[in-house]
Amino acid sequence: MWDYTDKVKDYFFNPVNAGVLEHANAVGEVGAISCGDALKLMMRVNPETEVIEAAKFQTFGCGSAIASSSALTEIILGKTLEEALKISNQDIADFLGGLPPEKMHCSVMGYEALQAAVADYRGVEWRDDHEEGALVCKCFGVDEGMIERAVRANKLTTPEQITNYTKAGGGCLTCFEGIEAVLGRVNEEMVAEGLISFDEAYRIGAMDARTLRQKARPKGAEPAKVEPKPIIALADIERAAAGTIVLERPVEAPAAMAASATRLTTVQKVRLIEKTLDEIRPYLKLDGGDCELIDVDGNNVVVKLSGACVGCQQASMTVNGVQEKLIAATGLPLRVIPVK
Amino acid sequence: MTTPVYLDNNATTRCDEAVVEAMLPFFTEQFGNPSSMHAFGARVGGAVKTARAQLQALLGTEFDHEIVFTAGGTESDNMAILSALEIDPGRDEIIISAVEHPAVLSLCGHLEKTRGVKVHVIPVDGRGLLDIAAYRAALSQKTAIASIMWANNETGTIFPVAELAELAKEVGALFHTDAVQAAGKVPIDLKSTVIDMLSLSGHKLHGPKGIGALYVRRGTRFRSLIKGGHQERGRRAGTENTPGIVGLGKAAELAALHMADEKTRVAALRDRLEKGLLQRIPNAFVTGNPDERLPNTSNIAFEYVEGEGILLLMNREGIAASSGSACTSGSLEPSHVLRAMNIPYTAAHGAIRFSFSRDNGEADVDRVLEVMPGIIEKLRALSPFWQGADKAPATFNPVYA
Ligand SMILES: Cc1ncc(COP(=O)(O)O)c(C=O)c1O
Ligand code: FES
Repeated sequence: MWDYTDKVKDYFFNPVNAGVLEHANAVGEVGAISCGDALKLMMRVNPETEVIEAAKFQTFGCGSAIASSSALTEIILGKTLEEALKISNQDIADFLGGLPPEKMHCSVMGYEALQAAVADYRGVEWRDDHEEGALVCKCFGVDEGMIERAVRANKLTTPEQITNYTKAGGGCLTCFEGIEAVLGRVNEEMVAEGLISFDEAYRIGAMDARTLRQKARPKGAEPAKVEPKPIIALADIERAAAGTIVLERPVEAPAAMAASATRLTTVQKVRLIEKTLDEIRPYLKLDGGDCELIDVDGNNVVVKLSGACVGCQQASMTVNGVQEKLIAATGLPLRVIPVK
Repeated sequence: MTTPVYLDNNATTRCDEAVVEAMLPFFTEQFGNPSSMHAFGARVGGAVKTARAQLQALLGTEFDHEIVFTAGGTESDNMAILSALEIDPGRDEIIISAVEHPAVLSLCGHLEKTRGVKVHVIPVDGRGLLDIAAYRAALSQKTAIASIMWANNETGTIFPVAELAELAKEVGALFHTDAVQAAGKVPIDLKSTVIDMLSLSGHKLHGPKGIGALYVRRGTRFRSLIKGGHQERGRRAGTENTPGIVGLGKAAELAALHMADEKTRVAALRDRLEKGLLQRIPNAFVTGNPDERLPNTSNIAFEYVEGEGILLLMNREGIAASSGSACTSGSLEPSHVLRAMNIPYTAAHGAIRFSFSRDNGEADVDRVLEVMPGIIEKLRALSPFWQGADKAPATFNPVYA
């Protein structure tokens, strides 16, 4: 369960100003059912004084979305439009005694609905206020303008915060680079304007998309483009470890492998492999088999097993055994592939 | 003060008193290490052997030594898949369903990224049934292992694992099943199948948490995941969690005794709840496959409302269940299971899982039927999409969608 403040719970369990407002003259709708939350803010604005005389909401969404919406109506009631426009999403969160970081987007939704309602009243297309309306995150329909506003208003400096505040990046994550680009640009501008320090600003590439919290998805979870900077090729080490039936050098092994991997030339590597195979061969012959080196392609060692090894139940045991010996002898994350 | 109603037994169950009682001596006087030569160890070793036999009985295995004790369902799943990848380098592909538990899904995602293992994810249809044609097509000489769950934890949908295992055998691949939700709820007789490996977890069958087992068919080649001592015949190193093992054994024995109750009384409770809710609440439907389902599970989608709100209001009434909604999990998208089944977003966000156990009674059903209609009505009144029963949702013109 979320760690909601008592005030959030109170506004969720007993929301004020819920329902349809008759004769509303300012309506803002944001979100969509597919995104998991949506808010319709309805206000009655006095045309003479521009004071918000009534406000109601309808919300589809989680507890904090409903609480934020209800809180928003309370905050704006009696304010002029000018005053209301000064309200930030943080003001909504503060009013509720804070929101869990992952739920900040609920307060942003309130803020956005208010902006949209005021624009509706004034008869302007709110979206037009922002030149750069390019859609950044398709999963949650978040455009550049919304990300920029959230970054500026809340001094955001990491992609993860952007997901928490706007939901962008909370799905397939293919928009990660887009999010990074907006964040990098806006942070740079903010540094120039003295809003944040140079050290705080986000540098593009500083974060690996993988570290963003996400649900398990085996396929296409991340864009292929976002490559982590490999220090040691993790895949190779894991592959080597996988081939090791009995780990003789348990802990130090991967580090040693990676180190020597960078030192050997291809010729040296092939020689070393041949030499090791020569050493193993007598043992294979004891069982009536043999093993011939066909090719070395990167860390793949292609071998031909012959004699008693072929087709025998233990063929793959033999392959594993050979692989293990080769790894032990060369310190390389080798993978032995038998061919017919 | 009303008594709390616990309908979240697929998340975890209450540990049975008899299980706790069986475990207690193994924290104190029966503290010996089962590997030791002396009498202290021997007595505990005997208890571990009894537990193995109790699991053998629940799962209908041919030999008791086919049971390997682990630290739970997740570890068992990881062990099975990682072992399969090690035993034959010519086989480096995995086949799983789109609705597996994260214990399988995220491991496979990781293997795909880091080891370049090819993972075939077999889709399911709207009722959660596996696409058998796609499964057949994915099987090949390169398949190291097919891992398909016995029953899904969110919808209770049961997969034809015995048949799926036969198909896997045809290409010489190993077959593993995550039976964490099925074990103890439906009859299992492994010796009459060709299933190679099966995972189960103690805390889903009124046993303790942090203990589980992996069945490994005799003769199945196996590489241990955790290296160390020779415990569990070298298949799972580390001094045994003896209290946990004893508890799991007892829980398995009790589950076998209660299996009939689960199939009849518990299933009837579930059915009454389901029918009652659908009668009382418009725009609601059952997800998954009602014909082939765990007897204890019902997953109902309520349209135009969001699951977290439902759970918070239920919780205030003392009722515990869970939801496939995004908000409750900290993720922003609804559950991968409901998405794989193509449940429309209008409903997936409002899906609630009710999962019963032998601890539940008629009063629990009455209580939920009493409060649920009000809860859904309250939230629908707040929803900008709700227009009334069986009406199309309100049009919504967001400035951004
Ligand atoms: C289908 C399934 N598999 C695996 C697990 C994980 O089991 P454990 O919690 O014992 O690691 C669960 C439990 O959440 C489950 O429902
Ligand atoms: S496009 Fe942004 S999360 Fe999918």
